[in-house]
Order: sequence, then structure tokens, then C-alpha cells
Amino acid sequence: MAITLPLLILVIPLFMFLLLGLAGNKMSHRMAGILGCLGMGTTMVLAYIVSFTYFFSGNPDFVDAEAHTRLQWVVFNVDWLSFTDNLVIRLGFLLDPIAALLLVVITTISFMVHLYSMGYMRDHHGVWEKGFQRFYAFLSLFSFSMLGLVVATNIFQMYIFWELVGASSFLLIGFYYRKPSAVLAAKKAFIVTRFADLGFLIGILALSYYAGTFNFMDLTSSQLVSGAYQVNIETAENIKNIFATSAAPTFMGASVLTWALVLIFMGGMGKSAMMPLHIWLPDAMEGPTPVSALIHAATMVVAGVYLVARLFPLYLMEEASLEIITIVGALTAFYAAMVACTQVDIKRVLAFSTISQIAFMMVSLGVARPEFHHGIGYMASMFHLFTHAMFKALLFLCAGALIHAIGSNDYTDMHGLRKYMPVTHITFLIGCLAIAGIIPFAGFFSKDEILTATMGHSTFWYIWMSAVAGLTAFYMFRLYYLIFWWKEHKVREGHHAPHDQPWTMTLPLVILAAISCVAGFVPMGNLVTWNGHEMFPEGVSFFTNLKALDWTVACVSLAVAIVAIIIATVMYRKENPLPAKMKRALPALWDWCYHRFYWDELYMFITKRIIFNGICKPIAWFDRHIIDGTMDGFAIVTNKLSFAIRGFQSGNAQTYVWWYLIGVLALGGITALCLL
Amino acid sequence: MDISMIYYLVPTLVMFCCGIYGFITRKNMIAMLISIELMLNAVDINFVIFNRYLFPGQLEGMMFTLFAIAIAAAETALAIAIIINLYRAHKNIDVSDLTKMKF
Repeated sequence: MAITLPLLILVIPLFMFLLLGLAGNKMSHRMAGILGCLGMGTTMVLAYIVSFTYFFSGNPDFVDAEAHTRLQWVVFNVDWLSFTDNLVIRLGFLLDPIAALLLVVITTISFMVHLYSMGYMRDHHGVWEKGFQRFYAFLSLFSFSMLGLVVATNIFQMYIFWELVGASSFLLIGFYYRKPSAVLAAKKAFIVTRFADLGFLIGILALSYYAGTFNFMDLTSSQLVSGAYQVNIETAENIKNIFATSAAPTFMGASVLTWALVLIFMGGMGKSAMMPLHIWLPDAMEGPTPVSALIHAATMVVAGVYLVARLFPLYLMEEASLEIITIVGALTAFYAAMVACTQVDIKRVLAFSTISQIAFMMVSLGVARPEFHHGIGYMASMFHLFTHAMFKALLFLCAGALIHAIGSNDYTDMHGLRKYMPVTHITFLIGCLAIAGIIPFAGFFSKDEILTATMGHSTFWYIWMSAVAGLTAFYMFRLYYLIFWWKEHKVREGHHAPHDQPWTMTLPLVILAAISCVAGFVPMGNLVTWNGHEMFPEGVSFFTNLKALDWTVACVSLAVAIVAIIIATVMYRKENPLPAKMKRALPALWDWCYHRFYWDELYMFITKRIIFNGICKPIAWFDRHIIDGTMDGFAIVTNKLSFAIRGFQSGNAQTYVWWYLIGVLALGGITALCLL
Repeated sequence: MDISMIYYLVPTLVMFCCGIYGFITRKNMIAMLISIELMLNAVDINFVIFNRYLFPGQLEGMMFTLFAIAIAAAETALAIAIIINLYRAHKNIDVSDLTKMKF
């Protein structure tokens, strides 16, 4: 493959960012929007060409046809900073199954969001949102950073783009910078993820210090020798030896490798909103809804999952770290699902649902082992990442349409909208069915693979995750019924009756809904596996995924989902006192869920009471009194001294001559004494 | 030519000390300028003396004296210009009254 196409995928969004950011105010709103859409559309087409070439061309660079194995392919890799011979930071473009998959996901969702924002970012009278051009510039910046992240050839490049997506997320959450809550949310997101990235950076340094390389292909090669990616066997053996010997030193009972991996995972926890670093994601909903769909549902928040998947062969060397990932993921999934059942703001429900679904992916990676079904967990995780991006972006864009029509985020202002907004209704229903895991929608297949993988690892987590899957179906349909059914819609005073949106907003909904219907049939087992081996070497058809299902798991999860949906239907389809009764029956549980288990309050307590009082105030005192005091002391002494001696400068020339004469005589006298 | 060098050096030393004394005690700037000239001339004479006694047959000391006289002339012109300007501004050339340039 020529270098041009992959390079253009990165260059076009960057160029659009510069163009819209610098010249945006010179052009009309519509022009800026159309330019942004065109740029992203071109990028999407290019990404499709690159990915499809990678997956389906059969080029021997990309696939070893005899071994039924996909290969990693470095399109280009240039030295960027070379400190020493060993310490070189490169920027490059790595094409392998997960990168190709993510290219498709990111560009698709990004293009949909670009298109959708053309309609969303103007009000009912057609007045464009203030800062519309800036919005598109930031969207382009985000797309560029995210694409750079997924194609990184080394962990340092990934870190650079990792911070860039964090920065663009900050800018977009705080898009309405006149709104104090948006500013606070942006700050919170940035600080929490930065804190997590500190761990990530330490992890990178520890890992690369021992391994002697930043390069993903070298780092992961040791496990892949027996697998399939074509790797340099010498390097692989080398790194394996390094980890066997020099990583052996332990720190607080765990090897350096374990520490490095757990710290790197901490970075992933921050970006992917795993407990206890999840607190920023619900607040991030302060940003415009298309941004939530793009960044906080489909792409950036799965960067943590992507990171673990990228380093998966390393994680395999330390099973303990995988266990940690499983536990964190499972707890987060359950927690977020519980909270999602009680929230009133529809975007917050979706935010917690996102946290829960990302946790599913994490668990799936955590339980993935090569011995079980060729590491099905890895495949399932990436599969779920793909399908989840589609249906969660769909749900968020539907939520955006609702908010746009109603002018409020709370379902209490909605109710009974199915007649007013039929397109939104149908597409939202498809999204709900997909996330609930109803056959044949996308979520069913990917969630089923995850549950299969979990069962292969431990029955306990299997039951746990199945329960969470049931909760997922419940809260999604609770939301669905409360928005579209419950009771007749009451048009608020001074408002028009809500109606469906312009085509720029409808088209992305319809496309994403269509994708959510069929995405489950993508034979992911042949495209994305942990070591590149195809799972179905005999070839695939449209029904491969159906045939490969583990029907016991599938039936159980289907039954759980249907039961949950029935419960939701009974409780929320028509206005009835049942939900209120439930709430009164378990007031404590409801309270804890509604207040998100008081995590924010806990953080406030820790930061305000303990850190500010215990650490920051003494440091501030030290700074003000000791450090500033020393400096002030110098100034004061100099000042005093100067005042004391300034009388010498009397302005009387003859006095100076006296002093001069005395000085000369003294010097002369001393010289004479010394000579004699 | 058997007069010892000391007979020349003592008068120049007296001249030089008179210059210093005048410079310190006189308040009139013209008088101070004259004192400076006195010191300079004492030094010039010293140059000639040392040249004559220590390095006879060479001319460096003489040349230096001529040089110093020329520069002293220029300097005097400059000093008198300053004094005239001061006088125009202050109607006064008493150095003990001109103490503005201090802290």
C-alpha cells in the first residue's frame, strides 16, 4: 500500500482543524459546516479504502493466506526525536486488525456527527449556534488525535495523541464556556484524566526502561512468536529474556512488569471511566450532544480498552493484571448499571450506560485467554467496541434530537413523544434493542461473545455479567418508555409541538440504526483476533456468527433480556404507581443509586477536607513564608543597607575628591609597605 | 649637567601638591580648573625629567608631554564650555552650591 492514503487520513482532519480554526470566522457558518463535513467524509472514504484493502485484499503484506493469519504492517515510521541510539521516539502508522477496525469506527461516527451537528447546532428559527466554526474546528482536531492514537506504532506516540484527545475533549465539553457548569465539567474531566495519565506515564517509563523499546511490535512480540504475527524472533527472545531477568526485581510484592502494566491500565481507567475514576464522564454530558455521541460514547472513552487490547500479549504474561482488569470492569459495569436505573437526565442515563458497556469490554479483555476458543474474549471485546460505538452513538444522537425538540434534558419534560417524533422513536427503539441484546440486533452478538468468554473463565463473573446485561435491558427500556410512552405529551407553554428534525439530523440516525441492525453479522472472528489467526479458516458467510453462537449462553442472555424488558414494560409503559412504590420500598438503595453512590461527595471530601487542609495549606504556608520570605529578606536587607550608605553620594564634587585622595594614598601606602 | 634629578623633582612635587590643595579648597570652578592644569603641568615636567635622566637619547617622554599638552588644551576648552553653561543656568559657579547630582 502506498504511503499516501494512510498519511492523508491523518493530514486531512489536521488541515481542516487549522483551516476552520484560523479562517473559520472569515467564512459563513454554512460554509464552515460543509467544509468540515466534506473533510471528514473524504477521510471516511479513505479510511474505508485502507481498512478494506487491509482486511479483504489478500495482499501478502497483510495476510498470510496459508496460515490464515493477519499480519501487522507498518506503513511508515519516521524518527521524530532521537535522544540516543536506543532512545528514539518515532511517529508512524501501524496497520493491524484493531487499528483498521477503529479507523472505520472513528471515521464513520465522526462523519455522522459532523453531518448531524449541521442540524443540531442551530435553533428552530435557523439561527446558528455561536462559535459554530470553532465547534467544527475542535471536532476535526479530535478526529485527528483519535486517528493518530489508534494507528500509533509505539507507546509514546500513543501517549502524545492520548493527551491530544484529552485536550480536545476538554475543549468540547467546555464548548458552552459561558455556562459555569460546563466549565466545571471540562475542568473535572481534564483533571481526572490527567491524574490517571500520570500513572500511564510512569507505567510507560517503567515498561520501556526494562524492555528498552517503545515499539508495540517489539513489546508484544514475545508472546506472539508462537502465535502468528510475523515478528523478529531475535527481538522477541530478547525481550522475553529481559522480562524474565531484569523485570524480576520486585516492588511491594509485585514484579516491575506487573506494576508497569497496572499503571498503564490506570491511564486506561481514566480515559475509559472505570471506577473509581469514572466521575468525570457523567459531568462531561455538559458538552453539546453530538460531542457526547462522538467522544464520550463511541470513540475516546474506548481508548482505554484499545490500550489494553494493544498491549494484550504483555498483559497475558502477567495474569494478575488481567484479574485486576476483570474485577475493576465487573464492579464498574454493575455500579454504572445500577445508577443508570435511577437517573432523570436522559444523557446521564446514557452516560452511565456507556460506562457500563465499556466495563463489559474491559471484563471481556480481562477474561480472555488464548486457551479458550482462541482468545475469544479479545475478539468479543473489539466486536463489542464496534457495535457499541454504532448503537450508542445512535442513542446519543436520538437523545440530542429529543433535547433539541424539547429544550430540556429530563424525561419528566418528555413522555409520550412517539406520535410527535416517529423517526426518532423507531431509531431509538432499535438502539435500545441493540444494547439490550435482542437477536438479531448488533448488541446481541457481541454481548453474547463476551458472556461466552466470561463463562469460559469463571462461572461467578458469568452470572454477574449476565445480571448486569439484564439491568442494561431494564434501564434502557425504562428510559425508552419514559420518553416515548408513560403518558400523553403535554406541550409546554410557549413551545411548539415537538416534531422530527431536519434531514441532516435524521439521516445519521437512520444510517446508524441500519448499521445497528446488521453490524452483528460482521464475521469479526475472522477479522480481529488477539494473534491474527482467523477463527473460521474454512471461510465465512453472512450467517457465520449465528452458527458459531454458543446457544446455551445465547438463550440464557436472551431470556434475561426479555424478562428485563417485560419488567420495564409493566412498570413504565403506562403511568402507574408501581415505580413510586418500588422507590418507597427501598429508599436507601434508591437514594444511593440516585446520588451515584456518593462518589462525587467522597471525592469532594477527600480533596477539600484532606488534601487541601492536610497537604495544600502547609505547602502554601511554606511557599508564602519560607520561600517568599527568603526572597523578601534579600530585598529588605539590600534596601535598608542602601538607605544607610546613600549619604556618601552627597553631590559635592570636592568631597568625592577627598575620598578619592584618601583611597589613593591608602593604596599607595599599602603597596609601599608590601614592597618594603 | 651635574645637577641632580632631585632638584627638578621637588619643585614639580610642590607644584602637584599645590594643584591638589587648590582643587580641594577652592570653591570657584575656574580656580579648580586652574588647579587641574597645575597638576597636569607638574606631571608633564616629570615626563621630561625622567626622559632626560633615565633614557637620554630617546624622545618618548617628550612626545608624550606634547600629547598631554594638546589633550589638556582640548579638555580645558570643554571644561570652560561647561562652566559657561552652568553660569548661564545658575548665575553661579560655586561648586559647593552645585550639589543636585546626588541620591
